[in-house]
Amino acid sequence: MRFMMIVKATQDSEAGNKPSEELFAAMIRYNEELAKAGVLLAADGLHPSSSAIRVSYPEPGGKAKVIDGPFTEAKELIAGYTLIEVKSREEAIEWAMRMPDPNGFGEGQIELRQVFEMPELTQNPETLAQVATQRERMEYKKKS
Amino acid sequence: MTDTAAHRTIDAIWRIESAKLIAGLARMVRDVGIAEDLAQDALVIALEKWPDTGIPDNPGAWLMATAKRRAIDLLRRNKMRDRKYEEIGRGSDLYTEPDLESVMDGEIGDDLLRLIFTTCHPVLSQEARVALTLRLLGGLTTDEIAHAFLVAESTVAQRIVRAKKTLSAARVPFEVPVGDELKDRLSSVLEVIYLMFNEGYTATAGENWIRPLLCQEALRLGRILAEIATAEPEVHGLVALMEIQSSRFKTRVSPVGEPILLMDQNRALWDQLLIRRGLAALERAQKLGRPLGPYALQAAISSCHAQARTASETDWARIAALYEALSRVTPSPVVELNRAVAISMAFGPEFGLQIVDALTSEPSLKEYHLLPSVRGDLLVKVGRVVEAREEFERAASLTGNERERELLLRRAAECAANGYL
Repeated sequence: MRFMMIVKATQDSEAGNKPSEELFAAMIRYNEELAKAGVLLAADGLHPSSSAIRVSYPEPGGKAKVIDGPFTEAKELIAGYTLIEVKSREEAIEWAMRMPDPNGFGEGQIELRQVFEMPELTQNPETLAQVATQRERMEYKKKS
Repeated sequence: MTDTAAHRTIDAIWRIESAKLIAGLARMVRDVGIAEDLAQDALVIALEKWPDTGIPDNPGAWLMATAKRRAIDLLRRNKMRDRKYEEIGRGSDLYTEPDLESVMDGEIGDDLLRLIFTTCHPVLSQEARVALTLRLLGGLTTDEIAHAFLVAESTVAQRIVRAKKTLSAARVPFEVPVGDELKDRLSSVLEVIYLMFNEGYTATAGENWIRPLLCQEALRLGRILAEIATAEPEVHGLVALMEIQSSRFKTRVSPVGEPILLMDQNRALWDQLLIRRGLAALERAQKLGRPLGPYALQAAISSCHAQARTASETDWARIAALYEALSRVTPSPVVELNRAVAISMAFGPEFGLQIVDALTSEPSLKEYHLLPSVRGDLLVKVGRVVEAREEFERAASLTGNERERELLLRRAAECAANGYL
């Protein structure tokens, strides 16, 4: 199962301050550890929201609205993510616990979200029924 | 924390730490079986203590320290050779190696590498290598391994016990082979990983077309190996191959469990992240500047499919050329059969059919269901449906996979229907 470890933004990351050399080195060590354990899929840091763009739909059925950053509420923003492939939820938590505190000023926050994968998506009986009908229709078309 | 929650957390820690633990201990006691027992003992102690005391800050170091103490106790109890005892006491190595310091500071990666070379040692049967590798490097329980291979738990347990005894009896050294031996031994390691992957990818028996746990484990081991044996192009080649093949997981089987062939798969559902990882691994293999081996070549073939936006854009001429290169590195009728498919796609079914016809007298392919399956496919394309039907029926009778059999029988029925039109 895949988990995304989302590192939340802080005032520091939003200000565009680079992490300290020490933290940077610790992060690299951590990523190497993930890679050597064979669980790392991807990891990226994001630019602060001052260069972000938001596309929103304020009216139901209405047109999209484009808003430029920066956005307030640092805690609701994200500064980076690490995607890992693990065997259990507990393993994901264990890895998240080992990530260096992304900030060090008492603002560090890592959120874990499980990524949807195919079997779960197709467990829904409605979807399954839909796909089955579609198939039947296609087969019928082929034959006729 | 409740006891079950604590146990689940400890399971997760075991999953992360066990291979490193066993590898480190094996370097000290020079016996992977004893090393595993020691690591297990430490785990049992953790399971007893941690639910009360809480999980230590560095659980890996805790487990290692505990296991090491057990190692000393064990050696004391068994009154083992003084020399060996001293060695553990000093925390250094017994059998003199050129540089003691480097052994003591030994990278965990080196220990893991020694461990995988040991569990994939040629003195063991193929089955034993796979089971032992999953157990010691993957940290899987015998129950999980048994489930993955659809055999009884006792069978796997026996296999593992016997494998450990064999390694002990043969006095297999805990080391990474060097020189000429390295090449052969490395291919044995890669073979075990790929076997594991394939067992999961195309379940050879039973109803499930894909058994994900084995694929994931194989891929994880491959990724680990790519980080600790960075200079080996075939390691990256194998990882590339598995990443790209895994990218098609979601599309290989329909929601109702039927197999979907490569050309019919919905490419929008291919996992682009895994494709990117696969291409990057292939590049790592190529950058090492040595001739590509069989895994890297297969990965290159796989990458042709991965990079084609639609099935019709597939570069079949390049694939045919890569199969030719592959057949030079590892000549085999199966590779030849695949080359025939590529040739037929690139230059027309009649050219492919020529190669396939020549293969029908190949004794090693007599029971191979893909030969009649491919031949049937090509015969349909040149309009010889009556012969095609026979081939599909023959292929159906040879395959061990229930789903595949259904697919083949359906194709045979289609031939029959078309034949009377």
